[in-house]
Amino acid sequence: MRKKIGLTGDGAAAEAMRQIDPEVVAVYPITPQTEIVERFAEFVAEGLVQTELINVESEHSALSACCGSSMAGVRTMTCTSAQGLALMHEMLYIAAGNRLPIVMVNVNRTLSAPINIHNDQSDSLGSRDAGWIQLYCENPQEVYDTVIQAVRIAEDHQVMLPVMVCLDGFIVSHNMEPVELLDDGEVKEFIGEFKPRLNLLDTERPITAGNLTLPEYFFEHKYAQVYALEQSKEKIEEVGREFGDRFGRRYGLVEGYKLDDAEIAVITLGSMAGTARVAVDALRGEGIKAGLLKMRCYRPFPVQELAGALKNIRAAAVMEKAVSPGAPGPAVFSDIIAALYRQSVRINLISYVAGLGGRDVPVKSIHRVYEHLQKVAASGEPDRILNYLDLRGWE
Amino acid sequence: MQQVRWHGRGGQGAVTAAKILGMAAVYEGKYAQSFPAFGTERRGAPVQAFTRIADRPIRDRSQVYNPDYIVILDPSLLRVVDVLAGLRSGGTIVLNAPVLPAGFIIPPGSHLVLFHATPLALEVLGSPIVNTIMAGALAGATSLVGLEALKRAVIDVLPEKVAEKNLYLVIRAYEQVAGAGRREVHLAVGNN
Repeated sequence: MRKKIGLTGDGAAAEAMRQIDPEVVAVYPITPQTEIVERFAEFVAEGLVQTELINVESEHSALSACCGSSMAGVRTMTCTSAQGLALMHEMLYIAAGNRLPIVMVNVNRTLSAPINIHNDQSDSLGSRDAGWIQLYCENPQEVYDTVIQAVRIAEDHQVMLPVMVCLDGFIVSHNMEPVELLDDGEVKEFIGEFKPRLNLLDTERPITAGNLTLPEYFFEHKYAQVYALEQSKEKIEEVGREFGDRFGRRYGLVEGYKLDDAEIAVITLGSMAGTARVAVDALRGEGIKAGLLKMRCYRPFPVQELAGALKNIRAAAVMEKAVSPGAPGPAVFSDIIAALYRQSVRINLISYVAGLGGRDVPVKSIHRVYEHLQKVAASGEPDRILNYLDLRGWE
Repeated sequence: MQQVRWHGRGGQGAVTAAKILGMAAVYEGKYAQSFPAFGTERRGAPVQAFTRIADRPIRDRSQVYNPDYIVILDPSLLRVVDVLAGLRSGGTIVLNAPVLPAGFIIPPGSHLVLFHATPLALEVLGSPIVNTIMAGALAGATSLVGLEALKRAVIDVLPEKVAEKNLYLVIRAYEQVAGAGRREVHLAVGNN
C-alpha cells in the first residue's frame, strides 16, 4: 500500500534502497550521508533486505567492492559525500569505463579545506567528467523517486553506466517532510530483475573484464562510453515518463517553472530551485516576467532541451554551489555557455556562485539575482558576468 | 504557512522537537518541513532548528528568518543569542522559565507563554531535556497541531525506551498550557 510519511532526504534514500533490496551495498559512513548507512544497516540487521552489506575501511574500497560485485552481475548500490566522493575519484572512472550500472547516492557537501561539513555541490560537480550520469534532487520526494528510477536507467542494456543521485546535504538530507512511498511490490515491478549484459562469473560465456587496452583500442572504447552517456538522455526521459504514468510524478531532464513567457530566468540545480520558485511567485505577483529552469540531469548535459527552454529569455543567471578556481567561469555556467553556443542561442547570461560551505541562500538573496537580471535585460548587456552571492568584503 | 524557530543547546533536543512537531503536522495531513540550523552541533553550544507547517507544498529551502513562533528551551540563551530576531508581529514566544527573566523585553503585540519545563524534566526523566515538554507547551498554546498527532509523533520519533516518559511529558505540558488558555498565560506573565 502507498503511504505518506515524514522522512528526511537521507531517510527517503534509505527507504528506496530497502525497497530496491540490492544484492550488494558496500559503504563507508560520512556526514551528512551517515543516516542512509545507519538506516540501511538496520534494515539488514532486521532482515528486511537480503543485501550483503560490506563494511569497508574507506570510500575507495567501498566503490572498489561495488565495481567487483557489479562486474560479477549483481545489483549494487552505495552512497557517500564530499571527501568520500573525492577518495572514490579513481574508482569513479573505473566504474564508468567498465560500464558498471552502480547506483550511488551522493549527499552534496563541500570539499575541504577549510574543513566544513556543510552543503555545496563542489563534490559531485567536481566529478563531472568521470562518466557518471548525474541527477540532482530538489526535495526528499525527488530523492526517493530518483533513486528508484536510477536503477532502471543504469541497468538498461543501451546505457550500462553508473548513476549518481545528488541531494543537498542537510538542506535536503536532514530535512524531514512528507514523502509518498510506493508499495514494495510496485517498486519491485518497476525496477524489474537485474539482467546483466555480461557477467564475470558466467562460466558458460567467459569474459575478461578490466583488461589492459593499449593505444590501438583505448580511444574507441572511450568513445563508446561517451556515446552511451550521450544516448542515455533518452532513457532518463523514458524512465521519468513511465514513472509519471504509473505513479503520478513525472520527471524529465530539465524542468521549467513559469518559464514559457518569462523574460528573465534563473537556472539552477538541487534545493535552490525550490527557494527560487518562491522568488518567482513573488515577482510574478508584481507583474515581472520571471521564470526558473531547474536542471535535473547534469550529466549527460541536456544541450538541446536547455537551449530550447532558454531561447526566448532576455537575461538568465546560472546559480550554482561550486566554484572552479582559475577557470573562465564555474562549471555549470561554462557548460551552459557551450550548450547555447552549440545551439546558436544567444542570450545574456551571468553567473552567480552561491551557498558555498553551507552559506544559506534565502529568498531575499535570490531576489537580488532577479533584480540584477532586470538591469541586464533592460540595458541589453551584462555589467558583470561573474558574481558571488552574499560574499562579504570583496566588493 | 506557519514557521517555528527552536532555540536550545546541543544535547537538549531542539532538533528532535522540530522533527516531532513537523511529523505531527504530517499526520494531520499537512505539509511540513523540519530541519536543523546548519551549525556545528556541539554539546552545550547554542543550536537552532526550524519547523514549517502549511496547507500547501513548501518550496522554500532556506532557513527561517521571520518565525511566527519562537521556542526557547534554555533561558541562559537569552544572554547569548538574539533569540527574538525576526519574530513576526503578533508572534508567540514560548520560554522555559519560571518567571519573566529580568531585562527580557517582549516586543509589543507579541504573546509570551512561560512554562517552567526544567524541574518537570528532572523529575520525570532525571535529566534537563525539555524538548518534548516545550513541544507540548507550544502545541497547547497554539493551533499548530493537535495532541493526538503530537503523541503519535513522539512515539514514532523517539527511541522506544524513552517514548513513554516523553509521552507523559508532552500530554502534561499540552494540557496544562491549553487548559490555562493563551490569554491567561499571557496575563499571568504580565503580572510577574
